Amino acid sequence: MIALNNISARTFSRLGQRGAIFGIAACEAAKEDSKFILLTADLAQLSGMDRFVGMFPEQFVNAGIAEQNMLGMTAGLSVEGYHPVASTYATFLSMRGCEQMRHYFGYMHLKAVLIGSGAGFSQGYSGNTHYTIEDLSIVRAIPNLIVLSPADAGAAVLLFCEALKSDSAVYMRLTGGLNSPIIYKEDRQFRIGGSVKLREGPDVAILVTGTVVDSALKAAEILGNDGISASVTDIYSIKPIDKQRILEIASSSKALFTVEEHSTIGGLGGAVSEVLAKNGNMPKLVRLGIRDNFDLAGSYESLIRQNRLTPELIAQDIRKNI
Amino acid sequence: MNINEIKIFAKQLRLDALELAFKGGKNGAHLGGGLSTVEIFAVLYGGILNIDPKNPKDENRDRLVVSKGHCVIAYYPALYHKGFLTKEDLDSFETDGSAFHAHALRNIWNGIEFSGGSLSLGISFAVGQALACKKKGLTNRVYVIVGDGECDEGLVWESAMAASQYMLNNLTVIVDCNGLQYDGKTADVMNNAPLSERFRAFGFDSCDVDGHDCSLLIEALSKKSDKPICVVAHTVKGKGVSFMENRREWHHHVLTEEQYKQAVEEVTGNDRIE
Repeated sequence: MIALNNISARTFSRLGQRGAIFGIAACEAAKEDSKFILLTADLAQLSGMDRFVGMFPEQFVNAGIAEQNMLGMTAGLSVEGYHPVASTYATFLSMRGCEQMRHYFGYMHLKAVLIGSGAGFSQGYSGNTHYTIEDLSIVRAIPNLIVLSPADAGAAVLLFCEALKSDSAVYMRLTGGLNSPIIYKEDRQFRIGGSVKLREGPDVAILVTGTVVDSALKAAEILGNDGISASVTDIYSIKPIDKQRILEIASSSKALFTVEEHSTIGGLGGAVSEVLAKNGNMPKLVRLGIRDNFDLAGSYESLIRQNRLTPELIAQDIRKNI
Repeated sequence: MNINEIKIFAKQLRLDALELAFKGGKNGAHLGGGLSTVEIFAVLYGGILNIDPKNPKDENRDRLVVSKGHCVIAYYPALYHKGFLTKEDLDSFETDGSAFHAHALRNIWNGIEFSGGSLSLGISFAVGQALACKKKGLTNRVYVIVGDGECDEGLVWESAMAASQYMLNNLTVIVDCNGLQYDGKTADVMNNAPLSERFRAFGFDSCDVDGHDCSLLIEALSKKSDKPICVVAHTVKGKGVSFMENRREWHHHVLTEEQYKQAVEEVTGNDRIE
């Protein structure tokens, strides 16, 4: 199937998480599986599905601008033995389609891969209707759903392949745009429920998810220059979450910091708090992420800066809170 | 079943529905919208549906999606008489830990294709099922029962649009058009009539039929078309029991012993008159 190496990592990165999944991985999956079926709600072209539509027109369903019915059709196809993947913007998937996700894939426990793209602030000047800052909190509360959040396009492709094998429905949160930073350059197993420690450091621990993993690694470098040694762990599986790793890290660090391009309420920070809360005598946890507010629209960079998610500001906030 | 047997079956279902509601005790039951669907279930399970309880996962079976999930007092007894449910299943209605509560729970071994309860999710699911059956080259049909009040939901129309776009001529939408919803007459709360014309405008081959006339229902449900089909079955909420008919307070209600006895008498009495 698909291997991750120096070359493919660069290709995936150019396409971004969404383009790599729909332009390459979905086509590979459909070649091997005649029951693979791709659905969207009028975002085929934008999502980079044109190649797929050309190659597998019979395995493609456009629901039109009707996210709820896209999910109903996804459920009906799933129950009949198809292997559906449905995608639209994360904001519409997680909120317009929230009850459908709960009913068909949570309550009825049907299988499907549900991909919310353009999460976080990647939609820039489109404004808050298009930003997705609360999908992890919403989706995480639904029983039977698996929630994944890849750090780069290569990880997105490998996690997508993992998701296709899952016995439960998977919600994948895609962040970043084209030419997204590369974190992983070689093949590895992205186990559902796992995490990857990308950098060691005994002083403080950074737990991070999505494309801001790159910023967290840069923040750790900045802190290193100041003599503060920070570990960085990619929590790509939000639910189930790697409790064992989080507790290990917590027991050996002076302070924990979660970093996410998502509200600090109920997302990665919430999930990590829940893990720590059960165990007494834990180091302090500071949740860095999007403040509880609707910002005025702006460029991706300006929104990230306003929410203190640039490497420099992450490093500053960590230093301040040790 | 022949037409007379189907009529007898319908009477039996109506009595079973009352018994189930009475056994539900103080939990109450959705009597009004259950009794309005009796003939629809009788006709479907009496012959329209190609299903076999000995082979519930048969790929070629017809699918019935009960999108209007709150009509279980007619649905469960129909499944019982067809051999999908046991007497124990039926007797466990609305008891703690039972799978048989006020809205059916998907279980293919019980012949239940869909978990009902949240209106309009079933018709959207049925569109996906019909699309899948077409893609697989099956010659079966997917039937879905919706309520007229349910048609207030936007998703019903998203689904109807897609059914027509994907030319799902293997799909039949049956509207239990009983003219009442929780808060009153559908015409007063949110007038979505005329539903047959609205479905026709969405690309369906649609018709109106007396939803308590088994012969007319059979005729309408046996029809084939090159379009998706919609049968608007005009029914009476609480049908068969004088003090329930067209009374919105019987949407969900508790049946006292006295009321139960009277209801049974009326239903069996009607039988004698016919």
